[in-house]
Amino acid sequence: MMLSPTTMKAVRESGAVPQAPWLMEIEGVSKSFPGVKALDDVSFQLRRGTVHALMGENGAGKSTLMKIIAGIYTPDSGTFKLRGQPIRLVSPLDALENGIAMIHQELNLMAPMTVAENIWIRREPINRFGFVNHAKMHRMTAALFSDLNIDLDPDMAVGKLSIANRQMVEIAKAVSYESDVLIMDEPTSALTDKEVAHLFAIIKTLRAKGKGIVYITHKMNELFEIADEVSVFRDGHYVGTKDASTVKREDIIRMMVGREITQMFPKDTVPIGDVVLSVQDLGLKGVFSGVSFDLHKGEILGVAGLVGSGRSNVAETLFGVTPATSGTISIAGQQVAMTSPQVALAQGLGFLTEDRKETGCFLILDVQQNMQVAVLGGDYLKNGFVRQTALTHVCEAMREALRIKTPNMQERVENLSGGNQQKVLIGRWLLTKPRILILDEPTRGIDVGAKAEIHRMVSQLAGQGVGIIMISSEMPEILGMSDRILVMHEGRATGILSRAEADQVKIMELASH
Amino acid sequence: MSLETTPAPAASAKGRVRRLPPEVNILIVLIGMALMFEALGWIFERQSFLFNILRLRIMILQVSVIGIIAIGVTQVIITGGIDLSSGSIVGASAMVGASLAQSSDYTHAVYPHLTNMPALVPILMGIIVGGLGGLINGGLIAWTGIPPFIATLGTYVSIRGFAKWYTRGNPVSFLTPQFDYIGSGIVPVFIFLICAAIFHVVLGYTRYGKFTYAIGANRQAARVSGINIKRHLLYVYVIAGLLSGLAGIVTAARAQSGQSGMGVGYELQAIAAAVIGGTSLTGGVGRIWGTVFGTIILGVVTSGFTFLNINDYLQEMVLGGIIVGAVIVDQYRQTRRARA
Repeated sequence: MMLSPTTMKAVRESGAVPQAPWLMEIEGVSKSFPGVKALDDVSFQLRRGTVHALMGENGAGKSTLMKIIAGIYTPDSGTFKLRGQPIRLVSPLDALENGIAMIHQELNLMAPMTVAENIWIRREPINRFGFVNHAKMHRMTAALFSDLNIDLDPDMAVGKLSIANRQMVEIAKAVSYESDVLIMDEPTSALTDKEVAHLFAIIKTLRAKGKGIVYITHKMNELFEIADEVSVFRDGHYVGTKDASTVKREDIIRMMVGREITQMFPKDTVPIGDVVLSVQDLGLKGVFSGVSFDLHKGEILGVAGLVGSGRSNVAETLFGVTPATSGTISIAGQQVAMTSPQVALAQGLGFLTEDRKETGCFLILDVQQNMQVAVLGGDYLKNGFVRQTALTHVCEAMREALRIKTPNMQERVENLSGGNQQKVLIGRWLLTKPRILILDEPTRGIDVGAKAEIHRMVSQLAGQGVGIIMISSEMPEILGMSDRILVMHEGRATGILSRAEADQVKIMELASH
Repeated sequence: MSLETTPAPAASAKGRVRRLPPEVNILIVLIGMALMFEALGWIFERQSFLFNILRLRIMILQVSVIGIIAIGVTQVIITGGIDLSSGSIVGASAMVGASLAQSSDYTHAVYPHLTNMPALVPILMGIIVGGLGGLINGGLIAWTGIPPFIATLGTYVSIRGFAKWYTRGNPVSFLTPQFDYIGSGIVPVFIFLICAAIFHVVLGYTRYGKFTYAIGANRQAARVSGINIKRHLLYVYVIAGLLSGLAGIVTAARAQSGQSGMGVGYELQAIAAAVIGGTSLTGGVGRIWGTVFGTIILGVVTSGFTFLNINDYLQEMVLGGIIVGAVIVDQYRQTRRARA
């Protein structure tokens, strides 16, 4: 029997809630996106009055599962039962009306509006003239807050609150929907220790009220502090569920990384030359600090760490996008003030950014324009005019060398596949003849064939003496390609491993401290 | 691996279906409108709309000034910005230019000792006034980071104020014949088309042009590609200001006087010309020839309505509809392409 959301609501309000053993039960759920199977036959059960942690590496499928629970995605197959009733959620609103609320990582609040307005949006108490009854809304908010031990002024603008307090507002909002299931996606990532303690106190209050809390985290110690159960995911598969009070840290790490390296990574052994880049005690205030490493000619330095560990921020600082606030950067022995991308470019750096669509491609421009944009100076400029013929030739040669599949150079980049877009961007930086190339997630979201080609290309470049910094969330890629691996955790470099000593468990330990 | 199996014939077949330049669509609309007025002309007025040299001449003369401004505005819009100050710059430039172009036989000259200057002086000074206006716009936008709409709304008000203050609202007349020459006959049309040709080349074939499109297409990617965004935006707004300054000089020369109210509403007509010509307000897309055709479409519509004796006020109402319609068509084409 499939009940419509409104019927569910009526049933719930009548108090005749069937007592199911599980608050929420998911069985055999799969979800595919073009080119990737994000979830494969996954099961998950949530009890009333428990905090259930979800753990796994980046791309393990936690986020996809969470979005299915929150009604953002609809599963391709499998069953989803809420309070013993099969249910099919079609939208986040639908989920909310069924008592499932999600506290997003990027908070979805309207900054200029007050706390009370944010909580009761769409459900404002109305007086008999059809106007919003602000006094009543204030009282409702105050009651909600006292229930949750939150000390905030309901009439304050949300924009004036700290991140932690905004999170409290989000939680209060979720509770105001009388949600039974609360999903929290790394709620502590932006909080101080004191704020975390407050958050945990609130979570414990919610637990005592019989709510089920799905808690996604990368932090091992939080798991032992707040969770009752933990489920581990890996590569879109469900690995297992453990009791958080008895499970050991090592067990969880093993469950997270226990994967055979099946893909081959063609890293050739090439002579490692002199130091081409030396970074000393580099820091960006409030983001990362004390990062030091050397990069040699012909070396591939892998950078591992979980999302949010500051990996990409270090890359941006090296390239002058966000200039450093402390420390030094030396290139071939010369100290350089890396104040802007122009300086970095002049020093022979190239930077393939993490987000192809947001900071890489000019989607509405053609392949030619995309590839040539970083070299529109110097050699390819004559009396202010771009030497288009010469540029067309080198770009065409680059297209052939990188085997970019495009009907012609005038095709808009948005019509190319992800792998080919990535190759166009790599071509952009190769045209600058870089000494140092920073690659941030060079193979994210592209198919296996193109991935192998990009790996071969990177390896060739190292063979030509280019120093390469490669950030990647894919453990096999990091282990297969890197000469050395720098691991980061919460804005600090926690260790550098040589190719010989590195393995998944060691990296994971350094990355999750 | 599938890489070697690139289907070469398919690729070349697709290559053969070359996309027509987007201006062609706009040209078709332009021709369509002209033919429509031709047909309506024979039906209601029993005469030809197109085969009337005088009418065509007035039509293109009327929009030349708008066209000159629109060339600069197109570049601003390609970067993802907007320029509301161009009409006010026309007023300021017209006043300054005219004040330096007065002939000595006029006894109430603004600068009694600076009469009968060589025409080049007032022309250059007018253009420079425009450039300064653009410098303020560009400086505000690049270094304070306020939205272009707000920055140029501010200068729109202030520069108009300057134009009025300059002679305390008095018109400036009795200009030298050399100065008046650039507004005579079809000289303004030549100036418009020469500017169009220059900036067609600049946008298509120089680094300046490539950077302009890149910034509008994806500002973050442009930054990471090593483009100095602040400096470039400054250039773009200064160029737009210089062109508005030139438009002010042409306006003053055509009227043979400078009046502080010159150019009121021109900024919106110039934006309309650019948008009708296919320049996308979201940035990254737009071509000068499109803007030229967009400008002429404005002229055809105005002239056609006058020809059909349609009420002036009614014309304005329809013109607004055309501007909105052009954007709706543009947006529809973009969403369709995104889905394809």
